Amino acid sequence: MKVRVNGNYMDVKAKTIAELLRELDINPNRVVVEVNLEIIKRDRFNDYEIKEGDSIEIVNFVGGG
Amino acid sequence: MNDPLIIRGIEFKSRLWVGTGKYKSFEETARAIEASGTDVVTVAVRRVNIIDRSKENLLDYIDPKKYKILPNTAGCYTVEEALRYARLAREAGVSDMIKLEVIGDEKTLFPDVCGLLKATEILAKEGFIVFPYTNDDPVTAKRLVDAGAAAVMPLGAPIGSGLGIRNPYNIKIILESVNVPVIVDAGVGTASDVSIAMELGCDAVLVNTAIACAKDPIMMAEALKHACIAGRLAYKAGRIPKKLYASASSPIEGMLT
Repeated sequence: MKVRVNGNYMDVKAKTIAELLRELDINPNRVVVEVNLEIIKRDRFNDYEIKEGDSIEIVNFVGGG
Repeated sequence: MNDPLIIRGIEFKSRLWVGTGKYKSFEETARAIEASGTDVVTVAVRRVNIIDRSKENLLDYIDPKKYKILPNTAGCYTVEEALRYARLAREAGVSDMIKLEVIGDEKTLFPDVCGLLKATEILAKEGFIVFPYTNDDPVTAKRLVDAGAAAVMPLGAPIGSGLGIRNPYNIKIILESVNVPVIVDAGVGTASDVSIAMELGCDAVLVNTAIACAKDPIMMAEALKHACIAGRLAYKAGRIPKKLYASASSPIEGMLT
């Protein structure tokens, strides 16, 4: 399925957010996920199904002032 | 020194607040923060690097159980952007605090105070503890408090400039104008700048570049820790008034005739 993750167009096998994070080797406890501008709570990662063409943002904290 | 700053029920043991940007490594960040004696650090919200997955996470080095995490909305130029970043930051689940930045100009990184007021009002209503990064303008500071700011963070000088407290008189007027803590944010270049802010009566000072870009960040962090304590003590001790003429420290009585 083709989706956009953090600005990159990708073809992914994952069907849910949890699967997508696993596929990208990202620790779900350290990130916040937004799909089409809607924040998806961590307890929905397992159930939330991603769709073709979704724009997904995966963010975390970095150094800043 | 036991002299905590309490904001909305949150106790800050240190009055030196430290940013985590511009360090050479997470390891150096952690050491500088430790040396500064702070218990609150600012962080930014950014995309996870999905290309280089080996990248470590900042929170592996800064324990949110040990340090209060104050996320910022740095890099946001519109109200909508700032709201989006603030909400993402809160979703991380470590803090309801937000250091709100709505930037108005790329060159100076001065705040867009109209946008800042609007965003402060919205986020305060959503239950955020809002720390707006603002100009050293007393009227704006008052408006921000009316909009629900938990504290105000006037700049001493442009972010990363190291120019120090350029308008101490305005900072003093802000201190007299608002009934919330005043935290100088941005502009500090070295230890004396921190002391000046604290001697004015500011409740805390936030520093990033002055530590991170010093030749020896760990040593500078320690210097600023002492400067902050010195300035705070001097403020509480009450300085002498400035006078134009001398007054002798040694007695006249007992002089040989």
